[in-house]
Amino acid sequence: MRKLNKFIRYTVLILISILCLFSFYLLIVNSTRAHSQIQKGFSFTFGDFFSANLKNILSNKELPVLRGIINSLLVSSLSALLATYFSILTAFSIQTYEFRFKKIAFTFIMMIMMVPNQVSALGFMSWMGKLNLMDSLIPLFLPAIASPIVFYYMFAYMQSNLPKATVEAARMDGASELRIFNQIVLPIMKPAIAVQAIFTFVNAWNNYFIPSLIIRSAEKKTLPILIAQLRSADYLKFDMGQVYMLIFLAIIPVIIVYILVSKYIVDGVAVGSVKE
Amino acid sequence: MKSFSQNKKKSISYAKWGYIFLVPFFVIYIIFSLIPLFSTFYNSFFENHMSGLIQIGPNFVGLDNYKAILFDSDLPKFALNTIIIWLVGFIPQIAISLLLAVWFTSLRVKLKFTRFFKTVVYMPNLIMAAAFSMLFWALFSDIGPVNNLLVALGYQPFSFMQSVWGTRGLIALMNFLMWFGNTTILLMAGVMGIDNSILEAAEIDGASSWKTFWHVTIPSIKPILIYVFLTSLIGGIQMFDVPQILTNGAGGTNRTSMTMIMFLNRHLFSKNYGMAGALSVILFIVTAIFSFIIYKNLTESQPKEVIRGGRK
Repeated sequence: MRKLNKFIRYTVLILISILCLFSFYLLIVNSTRAHSQIQKGFSFTFGDFFSANLKNILSNKELPVLRGIINSLLVSSLSALLATYFSILTAFSIQTYEFRFKKIAFTFIMMIMMVPNQVSALGFMSWMGKLNLMDSLIPLFLPAIASPIVFYYMFAYMQSNLPKATVEAARMDGASELRIFNQIVLPIMKPAIAVQAIFTFVNAWNNYFIPSLIIRSAEKKTLPILIAQLRSADYLKFDMGQVYMLIFLAIIPVIIVYILVSKYIVDGVAVGSVKE
Repeated sequence: MKSFSQNKKKSISYAKWGYIFLVPFFVIYIIFSLIPLFSTFYNSFFENHMSGLIQIGPNFVGLDNYKAILFDSDLPKFALNTIIIWLVGFIPQIAISLLLAVWFTSLRVKLKFTRFFKTVVYMPNLIMAAAFSMLFWALFSDIGPVNNLLVALGYQPFSFMQSVWGTRGLIALMNFLMWFGNTTILLMAGVMGIDNSILEAAEIDGASSWKTFWHVTIPSIKPILIYVFLTSLIGGIQMFDVPQILTNGAGGTNRTSMTMIMFLNRHLFSKNYGMAGALSVILFIVTAIFSFIIYKNLTESQPKEVIRGGRK
């Protein structure tokens, strides 16, 4: 009975895993095949057009893919850096200091946590126009400084990992507040930084809605915008090898990083889950 | 006396640092979120759009935009689309996630390789939704590999993109794949939080796995279930990337897969700021109500350490 039970469970788990992985497997297979081979039909085996597809999509005149990768990397890295550093700074302020508006500040951040950025997109667009930040990468990463969810994760982590005595002891030694933060608090927060840096990076990397409203010129486009552009092109004229390769470039690097650090991610989800 | 005043001076100077460290967050929040939010609210009361090449407005029109979007537009249809697609993805999501959460934490049947399975089921959550959608479009298009396979197996090809339920089903399937791993891990945290002595007592009393699940596990994790339900609903309301890319912004056959945010996006691109504003405010209010229920639910009945943060 128990053996049968176990067998059923493993079978279901394997079927679900296949469901999760199958589309990515087809993606990898088709990114290694030429357009004519893809047209001919279904295949489970790899072709040898991977490097040709890669070369073709990177030198595509209509899609600035290399530029898109660089822009996406830039926006995502800066977002991760700003979100983690300033969220810890904000959390440190509320955790360590006693001041009048502390409670109000905390309640305010908790209140804005669930406000989706789509509902202020209209004002965001017109206000960025007035600030002369339309068609600029700045509005894609600078807002990361105010990330309520990252803040709350950092705050929760700090409560159980940063004893008040540590800060007091550093003060006794005559360290300035900024130095205490940079040299004592930040190193203690390293595990939390790792988890949140990855989440923020991935969210920024995947973000499509806001960039599609802000970015106009070809040399500032990020990867999701290029994918949308490819979708609206006439696909009958398109080289499917290049289509799969562009999707590959958008998805596979994230998967590789995830596999390397999945232990921390999966454990981190229950504590502070992801939000776009 | 001297040392007292020194002490006092010191504590005041510390408070100053509290404020200084809060400045970046609040300055950036005000510039990039609060002003845009108020500006959106403000715009919702004005007539402001292009009619051909002629700019109309901005003229103050009170609540006319709200009346127009609620009663004279296709918003109710798109709201229904959004809810239907969300539900079709959510029902299997919650069922499979509950099953996996119980299996992964089960004390009776200890499964191996759970780390591997957890890694696999969570993975689609990190995928770029736009790219995932493009991938499904390529795989399920009329000349894509799935139809090739159907033909090779002797079936008729099926045009997913022309079929109402083909398109809706694909969007729901993608939402399901992207979110059930996340839900599983959240529910696992809930199941592991159940007091073991209750589960043991149920076992000693001879309760079957099914009975234990239904009468002990489910009631114990009710707050998390409500949390998962509402956060998923809020995420569902924001559904955009997947249907936008899959249907190329058109919303599929007769716009049966057009979601509310896709509708908003259309108004933003056609520069109909009055309508876009009214729609934004409506979505803001709906989200705020659900968030408030989550907050009440968590602060009243939830041990604080189990769940933190939101999700989409």
